[in-house]
Amino acid sequence: MEDFLSAFTLLADWKVFFALLVGSIGGAIIGAIPGVGPAIAIAILLPATFSFEPIVGLTMLLGIYGSSMYGGSIPAILINTPGTAVNALTTYDGYPMTKRGEGRRALSLAYSASFFGAILSIICLILMAPVLAKVAPYFGSREIFFAAFLGILLVVLAHRGQIFAAGMLAMFGILLNSVGFESVTYSERFTFGQSWLRGGVNLIVVVLGLFALSQAFLLLTEKNKSPDSELISGSLFDGMKESWLYKRVATVGAGFGVLMGVIPGVGEFTAQFFSYSHARANSKKPDEFGKGSPEGLIASESANNAVPAAAMIPLLALGIPGEALTAMMLSVFYVHNVIPGPQLFQNKMDFVLALYLALIIINVIVFVFLLFSTNLLIKAIQIPTRLLGVMILILSLVGVYSLRNSFVDCGMAAGFGVFGLILKRLNLPIVPIILGMVLGNIMDVKLRSAMARVKTPYDFVDGRPIAMILVGIIVLVILLHLRTLWNEYKIEKSKHAAK
Amino acid sequence: MTRLMTLQEMFKRYRRPGDVVFALVFLAFSLFLLLNLKSQLVWKDGLILGKQPALWPTIAVIGMTCLAFLHWLSSALSPRIYGRLAEMTFWAKSCEYVIWFMAYIYGVKYYGYLPMTIVLAVVLGIRVGFRSWRSVMMLILFAVVVVVVFKSMLQVNIPGGALYDYLPGAVRSFALTYL
Repeated sequence: MEDFLSAFTLLADWKVFFALLVGSIGGAIIGAIPGVGPAIAIAILLPATFSFEPIVGLTMLLGIYGSSMYGGSIPAILINTPGTAVNALTTYDGYPMTKRGEGRRALSLAYSASFFGAILSIICLILMAPVLAKVAPYFGSREIFFAAFLGILLVVLAHRGQIFAAGMLAMFGILLNSVGFESVTYSERFTFGQSWLRGGVNLIVVVLGLFALSQAFLLLTEKNKSPDSELISGSLFDGMKESWLYKRVATVGAGFGVLMGVIPGVGEFTAQFFSYSHARANSKKPDEFGKGSPEGLIASESANNAVPAAAMIPLLALGIPGEALTAMMLSVFYVHNVIPGPQLFQNKMDFVLALYLALIIINVIVFVFLLFSTNLLIKAIQIPTRLLGVMILILSLVGVYSLRNSFVDCGMAAGFGVFGLILKRLNLPIVPIILGMVLGNIMDVKLRSAMARVKTPYDFVDGRPIAMILVGIIVLVILLHLRTLWNEYKIEKSKHAAK
Repeated sequence: MTRLMTLQEMFKRYRRPGDVVFALVFLAFSLFLLLNLKSQLVWKDGLILGKQPALWPTIAVIGMTCLAFLHWLSSALSPRIYGRLAEMTFWAKSCEYVIWFMAYIYGVKYYGYLPMTIVLAVVLGIRVGFRSWRSVMMLILFAVVVVVVFKSMLQVNIPGGALYDYLPGAVRSFALTYL
């Protein structure tokens, strides 16, 4: 109770409220504009938030993260173009509803399902906080090392059909993290005698290049597009009542969101996929899925909006980000010397609870905002793509140049911008690079610190039940993947034999 | 032979034009790093493996090379997609905006944040097709809002331009702090 009161005190500051307001409304607007997305906004704002107090900076970024998917559902439903990548499944049922003249109903259902999923996820998070506080101290260097390794493994394996590419890009991320002067043993790594490489490759420079600048270059180089959509008329409150009829679908969807959000590297896509598949399998009208089913819409929206809150669990409890957005938030923690991990739950529980409460406020703000301002966002969708490119290019300067006023940083960011553009054009994943950098650093640091108490490989797990469980999960994940590959091989073989 | 064909089928994947070029370049880059492992990394005497500064870069480069080879192999085994040259031309075209971006940063250092942001917004806007008065005015407004929000209000770390030094006393200090 004391922690709760302290958390409220942390939030009772006009600067925090302003950050929440700007973050949540800004996030909804950014999410609604196809081609922008929360990663770009967070990458640009990241250095600016370093000068804020930790709670102010983090709540602003959380606002963008938590609200962008609400906004992303608008173009997904109205023009069949997801505002953020994770709204892709929303187009399956949202757009057919719009074609039937039920755009308003679809938006209303999407908002309600998103709100329901997010709130349920935050409640789970608050209820789990005392448990996490008890378990977190059992995570030492060895456990965090294995958890980070599991994170990398899952990120790679989550990219089915692109595992080699995801793996090589994750390795590239680990390499980027290790470039430069190594301060423990005073040695240089892959600097090729260049002084500008001695300082290493900054994570924010890479993030800005891969997310923001690459998108600016892409939008400016591609042909101009001006998405067109009609404004909606009538109240959006009706869907709130209707969505209650599908509360079971929304609850299961939120459950998948929480479960998948907690696992590093898995995230919204898998949560939506499971939620959608489960809803279709248990529906009385499975044939309507993909043709404008309210259940399908609710299943995907409730699942993806439950993920942001759940993704905070590995970040706060272990300091392990599960995806690019939480990886960026991790740098805000470090800049302010608030180190996420077991100690945070023991010593700063009020700070953790303040972040959870902030998430509730964010969802309330964005839900109310969308009920009254959807038509404003529909106008934002219509901004020509090349104009967006000019805007992102201008804003990128704020992110990269304000960091250290370094021309080298800007050049590197521009280089990563072109690299990111190529990856986007080839439909190859960017996230493994970022997670490779962040988790590679965690693995490096934690392995060094664990080695002080480890003499044989067996010592890694000796007397450490959590380490043992994590190693077991790693082995299981690898075996399951090998089994899938073997099954695929057998299917292909039987196909050939049939030919 | 059947076994080889089955493996080939398994390696096939969804691709886009230019994928094989990227795969080849990335493999060449990985091989270059692999060949330089010895000269670019130091293995310290007396340090156990887990504490060696060369451990993670070595793992990363070896992993990159193996996976880049498999990625290239899967590209090479998949059916050819036409449009490779057009795709590479697109990549090259995007470099024009790298020059715009670097020129913008260079300009901020000498001419100041506000003037350069307005100039870039208008000139780049015209370059990409926004030539009406309405568009130009909107871009100027956007540039001013960005500078006011980030530099004047949030005080992000962007130094004043060298040109500001020629401004008269009070205006100079105002420009250095807020513009």
